[in-house]
Amino acid sequence: MKAFTELYSQLDQSTKTNDKVSAMVTYFTHTHAADAFWAFALLTGRRPKRPVRTSDLKLWATELAQVPYWLFEESYSVVGDLAETISLLIPLQESNTHKSLTEVMNEIIAIQLKPDEEKKQWLFNFWNNFSREELFVFNKLITGSFRVGVSQQLVFKALSKTYDVDERVVAHKLMGDISSQNLDLKELLLGETASFDASKPYPFYLAYQLDIPFSELDDIQYWQIELKYDGIRGQIIVRNNQVHVWSRGEELMTDKFIEFDILKSLLPNGTVLDGEILPFKDNRILSFNEMQKRIGRKNISKKTLADVPLCMMCYDLLEHNGEDIRQMPLYERRKLLETVINSADTSVLKLSPVLDCYSWEMLDVLRNESKTLGCEGLMLKHKESIYETGRRRGKWWKWKVDPYTVDAVLIYAQAGHGRRANLYTDYTFAIWDKGELVPFTKAYSGLTDKELVEVDAWIKKNTIEKFGPVRSVKAELVFEIAFEGINASPRHKSGIALRFPRIARWRKDKNKEEINTKEDLLQLLNSVS
Amino acid sequence: MLIQFTNRGIYCPQADVYIDPWKPVSKAIITHAHSDHARIGNSSYLSHTDSESILRYRLGEISLQTLPYNETVVMNGVRISLHPAGHVIGSAQVRLEYQGEVWVISGDYKVKKDGLTIPFEPLKCQHFVTESTFGLPIYNFPESDELKIRLNDWVKENAERGLNSVIIGYALGKAQRILNALETDLPILLHSTIYNTNAALGFDNSRYIKFTQEFKKEQLNPGVVVATGTAVGSPWLKRFEPYRLAFCSGWMQLRGARRRRNADKGFVMSDHADWKGLNEAVEATGAENVYVTHGYKSVFAAWLRERYKINAVEVETLFEGEGVENESPEPEAPQQ
Repeated sequence: MKAFTELYSQLDQSTKTNDKVSAMVTYFTHTHAADAFWAFALLTGRRPKRPVRTSDLKLWATELAQVPYWLFEESYSVVGDLAETISLLIPLQESNTHKSLTEVMNEIIAIQLKPDEEKKQWLFNFWNNFSREELFVFNKLITGSFRVGVSQQLVFKALSKTYDVDERVVAHKLMGDISSQNLDLKELLLGETASFDASKPYPFYLAYQLDIPFSELDDIQYWQIELKYDGIRGQIIVRNNQVHVWSRGEELMTDKFIEFDILKSLLPNGTVLDGEILPFKDNRILSFNEMQKRIGRKNISKKTLADVPLCMMCYDLLEHNGEDIRQMPLYERRKLLETVINSADTSVLKLSPVLDCYSWEMLDVLRNESKTLGCEGLMLKHKESIYETGRRRGKWWKWKVDPYTVDAVLIYAQAGHGRRANLYTDYTFAIWDKGELVPFTKAYSGLTDKELVEVDAWIKKNTIEKFGPVRSVKAELVFEIAFEGINASPRHKSGIALRFPRIARWRKDKNKEEINTKEDLLQLLNSVS
Repeated sequence: MLIQFTNRGIYCPQADVYIDPWKPVSKAIITHAHSDHARIGNSSYLSHTDSESILRYRLGEISLQTLPYNETVVMNGVRISLHPAGHVIGSAQVRLEYQGEVWVISGDYKVKKDGLTIPFEPLKCQHFVTESTFGLPIYNFPESDELKIRLNDWVKENAERGLNSVIIGYALGKAQRILNALETDLPILLHSTIYNTNAALGFDNSRYIKFTQEFKKEQLNPGVVVATGTAVGSPWLKRFEPYRLAFCSGWMQLRGARRRRNADKGFVMSDHADWKGLNEAVEATGAENVYVTHGYKSVFAAWLRERYKINAVEVETLFEGEGVENESPEPEAPQQ
């Protein structure tokens, strides 16, 4: 636990990628197999169920810390992180434990089904014998999400360095559902590839937003131009007469997309398709919302299946006749993909069309037209490109249409969590509706750290009322809100819901009289639907 | 009541004197030289002897009378004396007594010893005015010795990797504590504001390099830079690359505050009292009436009422406590 705590602190405190990787390499090199596995699992977001209810945790912490419950809550609202709050309130002591990470994890799993009184004693035993840093990491393990500012890709990179195995191989071997405990990472990474689980997906190749001028790209004839769809990126895997569907978030979603089940008889074993899962009916793409509602359902009724049928818009082939073809150039993979899709001949698989485009000017026109097709821009893929792993620059680019924007005024603020704890960073915005300001959206990111601090100070000076953690503020600060889509929503007071709203910039040049109206947004809603 | 809280500041009508007023008045007692307590424009000032040079450096030409600790002046029958507040060099609590009524206005204070300033002196009184910058039980600061070890370890670790250590702290108070804690043979470079503040305090500068435009990278190679918050994110810092950045502040107790600033390291170092310190200070006064100013006012006042059954109320002031990077607002330039 000491070594893992040390690793956690290093990762948490460093802002430099290289430092983080070297801290992980040091850890993986010196720790024994079981701990290394747990560290890998935790760093990539895999962890056991919470063993203790949050309400119990709070109650027991106030008991040990001897503070009244209201003071605990006040502290929590300032810290913004339960694990950290508890570690700061419990009286400080010297570290007095020699348990390994694996022992601690096994205890966390074992305690889940024990009675409350036993859980409490178990917790007190830890809380009384940990240093503050250990306490914090331990609390992290038994509360909310365990995040520490390293991406999965970075962990893969560290493992690749530790065991001198190609990063792509690491990614592939550790993708998906690694549920077996006490797995030996070294053995797995250095061992044969053949023992793979048949459901295992390939790591996705992700594109960056195009941010360099066309003059720095190869001539347009070298690029394959496709639409950028607004669905769920996924992989369909057919092996051993079984179908598996993975989302980009590495979730196995086969059960949610039952229409793909027929593919086990339509596609040869050893086929892996990469594409976008879309709600598609009567030759047009339905709204993303429709699909999300369907995914949220426990049981998918016949009616739902008929109302919101899904398809995959396929754009790449990663495995063909059981062979990993990711190292082939795109133009060759595309030819094979076309053959596979055509011979399957089913409405659930569509071929993502390649757009004809002869100049960069024309590309710009196509990009703007993509919106009318229910798409969010274009994809530029170099015809020679191999299928890489993770997000990379150079050979694949996404070129999204400019977002919609609306100017709105800040009316409510709430303190953020984690990195933004104790700072008012969660904002609610309003627009005019018949001479009144009506709240219509929340938006978070988009301001620089410096601006955040500035807005925070302004909020503290211009608070009108406090309701719990929320403050209403003087309607004065105007922000430009960017968003990707707009839908009618009976659940929202304003009757509309924005898709992916975020703050584009702070409009210091505007005052609240100059912001948009609800009428403006309703017009936009009508024009897009 | 001997003391009133007015929109110009904390006021004693009987003596016709204000303590740390935020609007110009005729007579002002200044608890310490931080810019939210010592403002320009007052006709006459009274402060502790050790604050004199720094007040003159910051406020320019002022009419200033000074007083050592524990010496009494009488203004229209009110006995007024200054006592150590332990906040920064020259910081004072103001004790006022008139016809048996005793008030103590503590300004900013800390109870923990820092090895530089004269330690806080608990005073018995009926009315105590206290700050509450860190008035939550999550704020419990380490002892100076522990801090010293952590700081020097970090500097050493950076130097071994060929990196400069850039440490950020206030020019008045924090910077001197940082310099006092550093135990290293590495060259130490100071931001000019800190160098000048040291000079005004009579703090020995001979060991340090003052930053000038002639600075050459090789002068450090690697070394330590002590700078104020204004340097953060500025091009000025770039010349010290490669470096690691540390903040010294009580707020560094919270992970969010540290991460928000992209700090490589946060040292929990404050010139304000932590939770335990605030509680000890209030208890030691034996005061039945406590007035809680800047910080977590409402929480700390509610706690005092619940825990000690005393009459504690919150009071609005324009004092700002501790900023993470700087005293805010920025220290004003000397008035000519």
